[in-house]
Amino acid sequence: MDAAPFTPAAHAPARHAPTPEPRTRLVRLLDRDGVRSEDPVFSPYVAEVGAEQLRDLYRSMALARRFDEEATNLQRQGQLVLWAPMRGQEAAQVGSARALRPADHIFPTYREHAVAIERGVDPAELLMVFRGHAAGGWKPSEHGMNVYSIVLGSQVPHAVGYAMGMNLDRRAAEEEGREVEPAATIAYFGDGTSTQGEVHEGMVFAASFDAPVVFFVQNNQWAISVPFSTQSRLPLAERAAGYGFEGIRVDGNDVLGVLAVSRYAMEQARAGRGPVLVEAETYRLGAHTTADDPTKYRRREDESHWAELDPLLRLETHLRRHHGTDDAFFDEVAAAAQEFADQTRAHVLSMAPPSFEEFFDKPYAERHALIEEERAWYAAYQAGFDDDGRDDGRSGGDGTAGPDRGTQASSLTVAADPVTGAPDERSAGTEEDLA
Amino acid sequence: MNAAPDLTIAKAVNAGLRRAMEENPRVLLMGEDIGSLGGVYRVTEGLKKDFGGHRVMDTPLGEAGIVGTAVGLALRGYRPVCEIQFDGFSFPAFNQITTQLAKMRNRTNGDVSVPVTIRIPYGGVIGSVEHHSESPEALFAHTAGLRIITPSNAQDAYWMTQQAITCEDPVIIFEPKRRYWLKGAVDTQRPAADPFTAQVVRPGEDATVVAYGPLVPVALAAARAAEEDGRSVEVIDLRSLSPIDFDTVEDSVRRTGRLVVAHEAPTFGGLGGEIAARITERAFYSLEAPVLRVGAFHLPYPVAAVEDQYVPDLDRILEALDRSFAY
Ligand SMILES: Cc1ncc(C[n+]2csc(CCOP(=O)(O)OP(=O)(O)O)c2C)c(N)n1
Repeated sequence: MDAAPFTPAAHAPARHAPTPEPRTRLVRLLDRDGVRSEDPVFSPYVAEVGAEQLRDLYRSMALARRFDEEATNLQRQGQLVLWAPMRGQEAAQVGSARALRPADHIFPTYREHAVAIERGVDPAELLMVFRGHAAGGWKPSEHGMNVYSIVLGSQVPHAVGYAMGMNLDRRAAEEEGREVEPAATIAYFGDGTSTQGEVHEGMVFAASFDAPVVFFVQNNQWAISVPFSTQSRLPLAERAAGYGFEGIRVDGNDVLGVLAVSRYAMEQARAGRGPVLVEAETYRLGAHTTADDPTKYRRREDESHWAELDPLLRLETHLRRHHGTDDAFFDEVAAAAQEFADQTRAHVLSMAPPSFEEFFDKPYAERHALIEEERAWYAAYQAGFDDDGRDDGRSGGDGTAGPDRGTQASSLTVAADPVTGAPDERSAGTEEDLA
Repeated sequence: MNAAPDLTIAKAVNAGLRRAMEENPRVLLMGEDIGSLGGVYRVTEGLKKDFGGHRVMDTPLGEAGIVGTAVGLALRGYRPVCEIQFDGFSFPAFNQITTQLAKMRNRTNGDVSVPVTIRIPYGGVIGSVEHHSESPEALFAHTAGLRIITPSNAQDAYWMTQQAITCEDPVIIFEPKRRYWLKGAVDTQRPAADPFTAQVVRPGEDATVVAYGPLVPVALAAARAAEEDGRSVEVIDLRSLSPIDFDTVEDSVRRTGRLVVAHEAPTFGGLGGEIAARITERAFYSLEAPVLRVGAFHLPYPVAAVEDQYVPDLDRILEALDRSFAY
């Protein structure tokens, strides 16, 4: 079979009726041998994409891949607490991100690294979450991209609500005789997440309110260890029909096809023709996260099958065969990618940990009596250590050493007076005992 | 509007919503059946007619969808007010409320605010079926990032609704549904106190009773009954459940020396425990007796035929006062 085939529900219990054949065709503009084909509906969306633009797409994909590798290395060296690799999904992410305009708004999961980079998110900002320094990392208002979503599926209704707001904005502008730039939102999620109830509710709301939203599923065949066949018997794109909007299947390892389909879908949404569901069939080449071991659930043959369908290889083949692109270009890209990786590493290593105190500022916009009470208690508690003239490294907010954290937590439970904040003698004693 | 007309709590919320919508075109209402029907309690009656279906949205039947899309609308600069039809149906939205709404500001390092208001009619003694009479406030109060208020009278209902909507933080308003028809004066010129403070609604000297929402009238009745026995009981309407105004409670206890906390929610794991612990820490030497709690049993909310045995009433508050005085 060719690239990104839909594999029938191998894991579905045998008593089930046979899985029907998918009715939605698979869009592909660049095949595994790097041959570009014409599609009556989608080719016009990439008509102007020639050698130059293809090389640019390749560069973005290669940089994202090298960035991803470096983040994996950094995690292995203990510099990041976790990393969710995106290797294999570069075409789906770069292709879809390139279809977006600045006024469009993105609601991602935790794996949309190439999308974030396309959106101008600084590698250092992006890695703050994975370094354990921030809950988000960048300003959504600066990048038109919300921060990563860890509770899967929850971001989908957010994208729909934001799109409903775009409709209301357009309505208000029309009433006032103003022009507004048409815009849409895009919600990214995975095949596993498609099962979440909130995804379903999001889609119903999107249809009910004609929200300009594109649901972009990267079907990378696996949730963590659970295969796609456990989530769905049919391609997810087929579900769109049930909500009354269009669903499109695209070869997610074909950057040109993804770009064309995404441009089409975003254009539909921006033009007020309602939501679109895009399913990009791709494969996660690496582990789910650095905490995962795919050898426990995946077969070597499947992995090597998909390795041959690598989105970067496919574009490289096309560029070499049809556009005379030679080693000089690929060497230059490799050098740029290495530089990007070096910068990323330098950024990560130079990141200073945040101070605990600043977290009292974050949860509320307005003054909150309880937070103020606890902030004052904490400040007085810390000051108590300074008064002792003892520097145990805690007041600096370093707090990375294991036993240190433990003591701090246990001292806090031996509460001093929360009103006066006077540190209790016993907490110092506890500290000493454990030291 | 005239100064100080008498309104039911339901009408006061309606008037508060109306004024908030008039003052800010970005205020939106969303919920099940809130449009043409005016909500199952008719709290939003007439608003769709006057503001249009694009501002008073009848949503599909999905609480996660309601709160989740409200988060998105707030990110876009709107101020959505969600109605959850009944307390027991807040749970399908629990994920959106606790992991998304409460945390979005923290997660974005303060870059975005999500000023969503969620109205939840709560509490029992309305003779209904399962999941129409619950008091789940402690489950939400435990989550940082939310603010939770509960009015007990029409004046507060009118103003706290508007104060919640203008607050930059997400606010849940637990509306005491069995008091929707309770009438009171509403001064539309004079705003109520800061919604995140408690108020002494009856001064007294011998003991303090803290209550909120539906139990405030019960606590007041208990205080009047105690007066016949020659005991002067101070009643505090907590009003805000997150944050809790411990200062007002502490001041009172320092004067009276005794504290009874009453709520409809089960005693176990309820806010009464939090208040008892804090006040014991703050005013231990002023207390003449342990802080006592009056609440419901650790049982699922019972069938309507026996619900009056489950929800604390005037006698259960008086019994607790007696126990307190016995120390
Ligand atoms: C609501 C929720 N349940 C469980 C998890 C734990 N979890 C994190 S990633 C994941 C698998 C997600 O698979 P998929 O949606 O296909 O996305 P992918 O990781 O393949 O990109 C799970 C179960 C979570 N983050 N959120």
